[in-house]
Amino acid sequence: MASAVLDFEKPFVELDDLVQETQRRITEWSPQLKLELRELKRKRIKLYREIYPRLNSWQRTQLARHPERPYTLDYVSVMCEEFTEIHGDRRFRDDPAIVAFLARMGRESLVIIGHQKGRGTKENIYRNFGMPNPEGYRKALRVMQIAEKFGLPVLTLIDTPGAYPGIGAEERGQAEAIARNLYEMSCLKAPIISLVIGEGGSGGALGIGLSDRILMLESSIYSVISPEACAAILWKDKEKAKDVAQALKMTARDLERLKIIDEVVKEPFGGAHRDYKRAAHIVRRVVRRHLSELKGLPVDELIAKRYEKYRGIGVYLEG
Amino acid sequence: MGNDFNEYPMWFKIKKKPQQIITDKRLQIPEGLWLRCKSCKEIIYSKEVERNCDICPKCGYHFPISAAKRLNLLYDNGTFEEFDTNIRPDDPLKFKDRKKYKDRLKEYREETGLFDAVISSQGQIGGYTATVCAMDFGFMGGSMASVVGEKITRGIERAIRDHTPFLSISASGGARMQEGMISLMQMAKTSAALTHLSDAKLPYISILTDPTTGGVTASFAMLGDIIIAEPKALIGFAGPRVIEQTIGQQLPYGFQTSEFLLEHGMIDMICTRKELKQVLVRLFVFFNQK
Ligand SMILES: [Zn+2]
Repeated sequence: MASAVLDFEKPFVELDDLVQETQRRITEWSPQLKLELRELKRKRIKLYREIYPRLNSWQRTQLARHPERPYTLDYVSVMCEEFTEIHGDRRFRDDPAIVAFLARMGRESLVIIGHQKGRGTKENIYRNFGMPNPEGYRKALRVMQIAEKFGLPVLTLIDTPGAYPGIGAEERGQAEAIARNLYEMSCLKAPIISLVIGEGGSGGALGIGLSDRILMLESSIYSVISPEACAAILWKDKEKAKDVAQALKMTARDLERLKIIDEVVKEPFGGAHRDYKRAAHIVRRVVRRHLSELKGLPVDELIAKRYEKYRGIGVYLEG
Repeated sequence: MGNDFNEYPMWFKIKKKPQQIITDKRLQIPEGLWLRCKSCKEIIYSKEVERNCDICPKCGYHFPISAAKRLNLLYDNGTFEEFDTNIRPDDPLKFKDRKKYKDRLKEYREETGLFDAVISSQGQIGGYTATVCAMDFGFMGGSMASVVGEKITRGIERAIRDHTPFLSISASGGARMQEGMISLMQMAKTSAALTHLSDAKLPYISILTDPTTGGVTASFAMLGDIIIAEPKALIGFAGPRVIEQTIGQQLPYGFQTSEFLLEHGMIDMICTRKELKQVLVRLFVFFNQK
């Protein structure tokens, strides 16, 4: 698992690996090793606290895009007792960059829709690097309408560099597909929770992200434009992306402060990519908590509150 | 044709008398100035272009025009009431690139006389009261941030309150970077507001002009009951340069033009600037039938 280690996470990753190695070695009663392990764990917490809370926006961006970060399929397979993937928009084709599931979590049915990136070149090409075409958004909407019809909640997992900027995507109405989802999601008669698990790339992310609760993993990002593209346009210098990441206020903490999102979801030590299982369990717990809150609301109130939530976003002067 | 429609049933009630005429100082071209058309490269007398709704008399190219000028062309006698005039942009991110966002705003304010990239208005079109939000590309590329999102949303709310059709005239490069995620969320806000217009059974006519891209296209602009585009306008989700860079090849001729969108089923029709009012009135008559 340690093939892609970022510079700033290196000291922690090395220590964390050592902790795990030591843990594995404790097969029989061995007081010496147990002491050693306890000491290592203490060091790990200390190091974690030194490194992670202080990560800057660019480092968060790197973590959000970490090639080993868990993707939608990884979460669904751990979080759900049962899940069935369903396909297609019934209009053009199935888009592998957005996946959809009829799932069971605890004793509840729900639908889960998420962007899906690939691991490795071959899978990434198949998944189009997690960049959906219009049919992905249309598939998502179709599945959300199934949820609405059967009175089930919707969970969307967001992780995309953006909607695909391609010829076919334009021909088939990328803009219309996203716009339609915003319109329909804003009045969908079912609770919707969205969680940014990695990259929230602009309209491509929002296209499945209009919801009753917007949650973000602590090392995920959500932005109107990628820092690289913004640097190229405003600074005429792609190298400025690091500063731009800061200026755009795109980390979970920044967006919590701006009251754009509802909650920052903690990640396991060293980030979600260090422990898929724990990450998925944390997410499951948080999602279930929000679902239980939302399920108590009559549907009219749910939609009215959703509307108010977005109606209130905007900072301007008046008078 | 326009004024003949005064006799049609008054479904969109007239609430207030139009109060002000807005003219745009940028577009008062000095006398005797000659222009070169961007499309056919012909040299043309600027007065002639102006008289022709800013359309090239030689080739039909639609010159970009300001929001104020659009509204002047659209409303009966060029008069309309402007509302939400004191909503002004703030700087929620304290954003600074090579320039401060605040300074950029100030510059555009001086250049265009506008606080932000949209004018909200109400008035008579062929005798029908309509609520119209017109975007101005001259103000930071018509980008959508808090003020644009808020004014469009209030425009929709006003249309509902006054029981008028809602029109948007888009000209935009998309969501404004300088307000970050707050800009992106205006896509959600405006789209959600349109569901209320639908509930009130009021028509929404979206007019797309050159250029309309990004977050505006991917929200309210593509949600019209009827979508009309000006000829040869650039309309799309991603900008052509971004697409070229992504796919590593040149784009086909005519890609992302109004004509291309019509062919692909994304818009209802293409109207020249001169025909627009006539078409709108016809639509008002249609939608007004009980
Ligand atoms: Zn010409």
